[in-house]
Amino acid sequence: MIHQQNAELERPAEASSAVASDNGLRVMLIVNGVRSPVRIEPRVSLLDALRERLHLTGTKKGCDQGACGACTVLLDGERILSCLTLAIQCEGREITTIEGLALDGSLSPLQRAFITHDGFQCGYCTSGQICSAVGMLHEFDDGVPSAVTQDLASLSLEFSDEEIKERMSGNLCRCGAYVGICGAIRETHHAGATR
Amino acid sequence: MNNFTYTRASNTGEAIHLAGETGAGKFLGGGTNLVDLMRENVERPESLVDISRLPFGDIHENPDGSVTIGASVRNSAVAGNRTIRERFPVLSQAILFGASGQIRNMATVGGNIMQRTRCCYFYDHASQCNKRTPGAGCDAIHGFNRMHAILGASPSCIATHPSDMCVALAALDAVIEVEGRNGTRSIRFTDFHRLPGDTPHRETELQPGELITSVTIPKLDAGRRSVYRKVRDRSSYAFALVSVAALLELEDGTVKVARLALGGVAHKPWRAYPAEEILRGAPAREENFRRAAEATLAGAQGLSHNAFKIELAKRLISATLSELARKEDAR
Repeated sequence: MIHQQNAELERPAEASSAVASDNGLRVMLIVNGVRSPVRIEPRVSLLDALRERLHLTGTKKGCDQGACGACTVLLDGERILSCLTLAIQCEGREITTIEGLALDGSLSPLQRAFITHDGFQCGYCTSGQICSAVGMLHEFDDGVPSAVTQDLASLSLEFSDEEIKERMSGNLCRCGAYVGICGAIRETHHAGATR
Repeated sequence: MNNFTYTRASNTGEAIHLAGETGAGKFLGGGTNLVDLMRENVERPESLVDISRLPFGDIHENPDGSVTIGASVRNSAVAGNRTIRERFPVLSQAILFGASGQIRNMATVGGNIMQRTRCCYFYDHASQCNKRTPGAGCDAIHGFNRMHAILGASPSCIATHPSDMCVALAALDAVIEVEGRNGTRSIRFTDFHRLPGDTPHRETELQPGELITSVTIPKLDAGRRSVYRKVRDRSSYAFALVSVAALLELEDGTVKVARLALGGVAHKPWRAYPAEEILRGAPAREENFRRAAEATLAGAQGLSHNAFKIELAKRLISATLSELARKEDAR
């Protein structure tokens, strides 16, 4: 059992079975390959831990209720919503945010494609769109079907705009940059630069 | 969100112990529903027991041909599983027609089964809701009830169960395995969720502190001829107005086996047994599919904004069965 007493709590052990209060618990998050200790209450979302404690503000808070996708990050390589994830649940797991996608200081192919295709306007949903697209392209490469996949039993999927739209439906863009977003994702897939 | 004690369970016994006899400790899986409800102060648990790292994370085939899915398997992993895709496509489809890619990666099978209604009056503290506060009344009945139930509702509650996955599992005759302080037991999927009656706050047959550990789908020869169809206000990432999970097996143009379950219409996944009886032995023709649909909706009651669902459900049942029959002919 990993109880909060054992979560590197700095308060006296006898007080730790109560609800965590003022000081919170020390939780080790691994963000973009960096071990990043944070002091948080169990109720702190991964989104708030990233933005308010680790000052990684690339991940955006849109609806804070799982409807818009702006807070999408990768957890052990899979896209998830950081607003509906408690940070303490992520202890010891690999978290990748938009800040972690660039390779050796240069933008990833998907990030460059978003610029080329004008895949944004105000930019607020963009980090969520890009993290989601990274996870989505991995899912496609792994043969995970979608609601528009015609033959579920088939192992080879056909990449199409219809597939992109269905698989990206969890990311809203109020500016309506969807055409550019689709273009950027399509180009990245066709260039084979999804990994 | 209220503060709470967080504990990560490392085995089932510990999780059940931590939940307590009264179930005061809430089990936390993917969090997609519970964390949302806690942020809205609809759920205010004093402690959370994190079960997401318990060893219920695999899908395996049993010697008798049935397939068991662990309760903490993620929805996306079920939908993408080869065996499920080949033998129970209706289940893959139902999951893929629900939520978004991100949420399917987070949500567990157990959590999907345990999710609560999306009725906006249930979420809104300014409204009366018998589910949130037993005896308070229901503001949905005379409110905006487009998304609400047309079958099995009561004067206390007209909420619907929001899951797509559960509609397929109801049609597949799945069985839920649970574990509690008094050991393990099995509950038929169709018996697991309750109709609201005058206790809409009691949503399942799960006893306080009991934990879902797995779901088993029996071997099914007709499994390959199964389909899930869903009608919603937008074509992706929306809850069902009406959905249908259907399985059909024909023999010389006659229905040998038909199974039908509906989503978006009731407080639980709605298995249409009377329709299945009508179809058994009947020629696989449009008029019989429509007769089965009429029987399913015979007791339906429309409210001010959702009466359209009655005819919609009939047409969807009919169209879905016709689609399956055509597929069968083409074999």
